Amino acid sequence: MTALLEIKGLKTEVVSADGNVTLIADINLNLAAGEVMGLVGESGSGKSITGLSIMGLVDKPAQVTGGQILFKGQDLRKLSEREIRSIRGNRIAMIFQDPMSTLNPVLRIDTQMMEVVHAHEAISKQAAWERARDALGMVGIPSPEERLRAYPHQFSGGMRQRVAIAIALLMSPELIIADEPTTALDVTIQAQILSIVQKLARDRGTALIWITHDLSVVAGLAEKLSVMYAGRIAEQGLTADLLRRPMHPYTNGLIASLPAHNKRGSRLKQISGTTPSVANMPRGCAFHPRCASATQLCLSPPPLEPVEGRLLRCFHPVTEGALS
Amino acid sequence: MNDRLEIRNVSKRFTRKSGIVERGAEYIGLKAPNPVVRALDDVSLTVAQGEVVGIVGESGCGKSTLGRVVAGLLKASEGAVLFRGKRLEDMSARDAEAARLQVQMIFQDPSSSLNPRQRVHEIIGAAPLHHGLTTARELDDYVSRQMERSGLDPSMARRFPHQFSGGQRQRIGIARALAVQPDMLICDESVAALDVSIQAQILNLFLDLREQLDLTYIFISHDLSVVEHISDRVVVMYLGRVVEEAPVAELFSHPNHPYTRALLLERPSLDPVQRSFSAIEGEIPSPLSPPSGCHFHPRCPLAMERCRVERPELRSVGTRHKSACHLND
Repeated sequence: MTALLEIKGLKTEVVSADGNVTLIADINLNLAAGEVMGLVGESGSGKSITGLSIMGLVDKPAQVTGGQILFKGQDLRKLSEREIRSIRGNRIAMIFQDPMSTLNPVLRIDTQMMEVVHAHEAISKQAAWERARDALGMVGIPSPEERLRAYPHQFSGGMRQRVAIAIALLMSPELIIADEPTTALDVTIQAQILSIVQKLARDRGTALIWITHDLSVVAGLAEKLSVMYAGRIAEQGLTADLLRRPMHPYTNGLIASLPAHNKRGSRLKQISGTTPSVANMPRGCAFHPRCASATQLCLSPPPLEPVEGRLLRCFHPVTEGALS
Repeated sequence: MNDRLEIRNVSKRFTRKSGIVERGAEYIGLKAPNPVVRALDDVSLTVAQGEVVGIVGESGCGKSTLGRVVAGLLKASEGAVLFRGKRLEDMSARDAEAARLQVQMIFQDPSSSLNPRQRVHEIIGAAPLHHGLTTARELDDYVSRQMERSGLDPSMARRFPHQFSGGQRQRIGIARALAVQPDMLICDESVAALDVSIQAQILNLFLDLREQLDLTYIFISHDLSVVEHISDRVVVMYLGRVVEEAPVAELFSHPNHPYTRALLLERPSLDPVQRSFSAIEGEIPSPLSPPSGCHFHPRCPLAMERCRVERPELRSVGTRHKSACHLND
């Protein structure tokens, strides 16, 4: 079976006359139809850039400069702008963190939704309207016929995010890339959105890349997990494996620093230092200045290699789990 | 002994002031009065010396308003805020100023709560100098000590806030608050904007400072696991009212109120087992027109007729455990 999405050696850089600055490099992902992958990292780790690079949405001066993005065997990087527009929003859709900046504030929801349908398919207004109504119903918006006539500001934050998800669903895409879609929402509303997305992915076989900084959000949602640090994949594998036994010192540190994994009121295990900036990347393994097990070896860049059923970029894997 | 802080039946209402024409129109009945938001609705709470009280709730529950009323940034519409048994209004001007100085606030977004055009030295040093806690001659030393205590390098005192990372900026905010030697800190979502690894560093700093300085905290957050970790006692709020309060272990093991139970159930966990997300129905109602009776009844799976009409009182359901639900009768 060919993968739905296969990314090989993806590299995105800021291109300038004074030399290029690498934002992400050596990104490898594999996603089968209906599979859910969590893409986890802290701010500046390149997780959003990865999502935008797949969608062909990186803006100048940044540019995808290397690698392949194979969507059903077809390299998206080789397509013309027109061809990629026929895929974007149609076969691959994206959901962003802030629905207010996704939706046009001066247009009614029905106008915006029908516009998407008509951009990809020549069908009657009535048919487009019906599809918009069904999509709103699917994400749990009550009385969708009436709500279609509303403007974005008439919705609450959680409802707006549902509308954004409904727009992503309009063309029944095979892949949805969701960039922190629940980060701005309250706990109970986040749970509602997660339950909708989980159900849709299951029922319709839609593959999903869920970008987040919050490990606990994807823990129950994603089968596979990619942990990113400083523009590179640090560790990738099955969610259950990674969470039970993290092998990269960074993944290990992240999990260990969560309050839920520490004794109530005791000092949390912390990763010292801060994430490096792209302009000032440490030599070799980008994590070595913060890593307790770093040695001289870490001054040369570690490769991403298969270890115990996962991909790992580390010379000194963690041997005993943080959770034991 | 008096509690460090007592909040007695505090309400806070917000409304828009009418202009003169609108007032006339209201007077002759042409226009309805401006809507009133009851951000806090008869909230009572005590905090003992050295205690860490966590306040949790979703947006619009009034947790930030409560923090601001305690810090003196907002004035309560009704009720009283007592510091060691005394109201600020009943103190002499000098005592009131000292009492206010004892309570400091740490905000969510360090970049918007620090003046971008001031150097860190000035940000941290201005208040203690004004209040006479140090002299101009000793100011450099004083600021250096504050910075060290918050985990900052004193050699960076002449820099501007934008030259620091998000976690360091939050440390500047903490150093500024501690510079006036408070004994109580109000942390309003103080770690919400930080990355996980940085969040752990700042939480550890709060724990260390508590030990060193015998601080009392009101820790406001939407993140249950953060509140569970740091608090001795937890207060759950919903739409301006306290719905439940209990010692931390009791609340997380025996939640009583249906809303608390729902919150705990929906907390994302690191349990790697694939699970189904089940959600409580419905939206958080607008605080402009909260539901009648128990505010939670439209979303509550156990709501009965009585919940629609009668407001449940916050009543004792166990040792130091209070809950506002009719089901306890």
